Amino acid sequence: MDNTAENKEFLSVKNLKVEYFSGKTVVHAVNGVDLKMYKGKTLGLVGETGAGKTTIAKSILRILPDVGARIVEGEIKLDGKDLLSLKEHDMRKIRGNEISMIFQDPMTALNPVQRVGEQISEAVKLHSDLSKEQCEERAKEMLKMVGITEDRYYEYPHQFSGGMKQRIVIAIALACNPQVLLADEPTTALDVTIQAQVLELVGELQKKFNTAMLLITHDLGVVATVCDEVAIIYAGRIVEYGTKEQIFHHPSHPYTLGLFGAIPDMADDDIWLHPIEGLPPDPTKEIVGCAFAPRCKYATEACLKGEIPALTTEDGHISHCINMKSVLSKEGK
Amino acid sequence: MKKHKGQSEFSRFVYQLSKNKMAMIGLVILLIEVLIAIFATQIAPYGYQEIDPTALRQVPSAKHWFGTDEIGRDIFSRVVVGTRYSLSMGIIATAISSVIGIVIGAVAGFAGGWTDNIIMRALDVIQSLPGMLLTIVMSAVLGSGYFNTILALSVGAIPGQARMLRANMLKQRKAEYIEAAYSINCSPARIIFTHLVPNSISANIVGMTMGVAHTIIQAASLSFIGLGVQPPTPDWGAMLSGARAFIRKSPHMVIFPGLAIAVTVLAVNMLGDGIRDALDPKLKK
Amino acid sequence: MSESMVRVEGLKKYFSTARGLLHAVDDVTMDIEKGHTVGIVGESGCGKSTLGRTIIHLLDKTDGKIFLEGEDVSDVKGKDLKRVREQMQIIFQDPYSSIDPKKSIRDTVKEPLKVSGRYSKSEIEEKTDMLMDLVGIDERLKYAYPHELDGGRRQRVGIARALALDPKFVVCDEPVSALDVSIQAQVLNLLKKLQMDRDLTYMFVTHDMSVVKHISDEICVMYLGQVVEKCPSKELFKMPLHPYTKALLSAIPSIDIDHPNKREILRGELTSPINPKPGCRFAARCKFATEKCLEPQEQQEVSPGHFVRCCRVEELG
Repeated sequence: MDNTAENKEFLSVKNLKVEYFSGKTVVHAVNGVDLKMYKGKTLGLVGETGAGKTTIAKSILRILPDVGARIVEGEIKLDGKDLLSLKEHDMRKIRGNEISMIFQDPMTALNPVQRVGEQISEAVKLHSDLSKEQCEERAKEMLKMVGITEDRYYEYPHQFSGGMKQRIVIAIALACNPQVLLADEPTTALDVTIQAQVLELVGELQKKFNTAMLLITHDLGVVATVCDEVAIIYAGRIVEYGTKEQIFHHPSHPYTLGLFGAIPDMADDDIWLHPIEGLPPDPTKEIVGCAFAPRCKYATEACLKGEIPALTTEDGHISHCINMKSVLSKEGK
Repeated sequence: MKKHKGQSEFSRFVYQLSKNKMAMIGLVILLIEVLIAIFATQIAPYGYQEIDPTALRQVPSAKHWFGTDEIGRDIFSRVVVGTRYSLSMGIIATAISSVIGIVIGAVAGFAGGWTDNIIMRALDVIQSLPGMLLTIVMSAVLGSGYFNTILALSVGAIPGQARMLRANMLKQRKAEYIEAAYSINCSPARIIFTHLVPNSISANIVGMTMGVAHTIIQAASLSFIGLGVQPPTPDWGAMLSGARAFIRKSPHMVIFPGLAIAVTVLAVNMLGDGIRDALDPKLKK
Repeated sequence: MSESMVRVEGLKKYFSTARGLLHAVDDVTMDIEKGHTVGIVGESGCGKSTLGRTIIHLLDKTDGKIFLEGEDVSDVKGKDLKRVREQMQIIFQDPYSSIDPKKSIRDTVKEPLKVSGRYSKSEIEEKTDMLMDLVGIDERLKYAYPHELDGGRRQRVGIARALALDPKFVVCDEPVSALDVSIQAQVLNLLKKLQMDRDLTYMFVTHDMSVVKHISDEICVMYLGQVVEKCPSKELFKMPLHPYTKALLSAIPSIDIDHPNKREILRGELTSPINPKPGCRFAARCKFATEKCLEPQEQQEVSPGHFVRCCRVEELG
């Protein structure tokens, strides 16, 4: 390990392939994904339902179901440690302690019959040698930090509103000062004004603890507000990867362009939207060539053959599109 | 499937069921049993009451395939003739209780409020009596005999079926597709029978298949205490309970009627599971 | 003068709960013009879905009046209720729970035609085919079951069902919020096209501001059962007046990374909609709240067509 830690990725995912299977059907959920996360930075993982976003997060945390799912190949390294080769016993020490996850639905992520304070202190207890009182102390501190008064320690989840519940979930996730936070659509179930509060809170806490964060979302607005880097995923493959500025100013993969085009533009009065025609590919079939080609208006015959190489610009903007140049000129960029 | 244009719901169901091997095996077994019941007297080598005083509690042999009982009657003949009583009682009583239970449950689950409350409390009263006791009381009131016994047997199973359907219906009632049905002016009866019941009934079908087995055993208990179908009528359950005392010395007396019950229950279960799956479009292959 | 399709006056819908009366819709007055789309925005629990359902008689109102093309349909019953429901339809939010999983999608589309009793068997088949073509369901999927379809296609089935009886007024209750953006755009385009072809009037309930801006002619902002601001769509985004509307608009995450919204973070607890006090319901979270805000608020027309329910609107500019 070299010591120039600042610019070194803290968590890296290399060529991750994950499959789900039942009987003879195999679902190719993740097909060779590379990601890098840095301390204090947020990486946005953007894609549609079924693109494999949550599967990637679950693979990092190794909480995929034992039966019916397997990591076919790939490497996940946390600060040099290979997570995939760790024993389950050692992995348990990492979960919730070094890597935490915030789940999408705050309504189901909490235990309805346990007091919220106890749920937080339990998380602390699992990963520390603190006494019961110290854990409680820490839990109250966490509650305060997410903006909930400590006298609500003894209340049950149903006594809180959706936004408050999500804050409790965040408090649990951050209780052990994790170095990596995996946030799976943390604000999708929340109203916009509450979403703004939660995003603000997560941003503050991230700065304070210098956490590396993976933000999974389908909302490009949230990405624009929160992320430093963005990975666009389609059918289990990263199609475009770059800094926020690169992706938002110079989107270069037709899928990314399509996503931007499909959002109703607040500044535009055109009555027709520009949807991406067609549907994502059937994940049970092996795909040769570019997965997006059947829906892509720029697709050529070459797109349907062989591996699609990653094209990287000098400043590190990656796009998996062999026709990138002609696409960009046709889009007028 | 998609090519069958304008195919009705029922023909889809039959098609799905016919593709299910287990269900078909169950169905074939039941059909064979029905045939046995119809032609019982022709099939049985001896009369079911015929006593052979020289052959008491004999083990199976070429002469008596299933052996003989303690007074020398041929067990094979008795099992064959018993098919008539046991099978029909099990199936008819379960059918009656299921239909009544499902209708009551549907009304309670759909109406809610007071209607629901009154129906449920009435069912509570029925269920507060031990099931066997209720059947005994009913049977004593109605008197013995084939149809009375069937009625007595069906009463006890009604509350269970009604509750199961009601509980599932309450869950379905809040779904948006029910609201959608209101918005297009569906009548309450249409909502209950074309939307709510088909979506709530799968647990009841499993309940029915288990009910058949339970009823056959209960019928046996009734005849054991002198109610229900009376000896010498060869009811499987009655044969089973009559042979209990000889279970160590002559196990064959228990094994064969027991096997008959087990095979029937298994067949009903296989068919029941098949029906449930065929009713669910999600499970189609 | 443009014609009114639906008009509600002082509409109220209360639900009784264990803790008291929940004021889901409280004193809503509005006019929806023929051929227009009115967007109803607000956060979860503000009563926007209840409002739509009460107008189309899926829920019984507590008080108030509902007019359909000038006819008072507030208390219609029996045959008239059937007729009114046929003219006012709804498209639901969740494409997964809003169609019966045990019926083929063709049967789902067919059902309103059957129930209406107006058509012969062959007419029903013919109309069903026409409806499925209209919403763009492929020939090969016409006999499919809901679980075989993705969310976007299921939503098309829901749309076909709602349009089967040629309604004039359709409540779209968050019809695209469960869909991915690329599919969402397809469905929004379809709704727009159907509106133009069939001269429909929409009430579009949503929490997504970019969607509502795209599709609506007018927008109503609801907060805890009350309409706090109502005006033409463009005006709302240019000149929001109510403090809640301002906070709501500022909270939308913008995709323009060079000019991010200045997020206004609301503090304070949400007021409970159960037995609310008479004053402004937003006061507890409003940074401009004064004592005057604790009195009942009247809806006032600050400029033609622009209604606001805030007593301090003039001072705040």
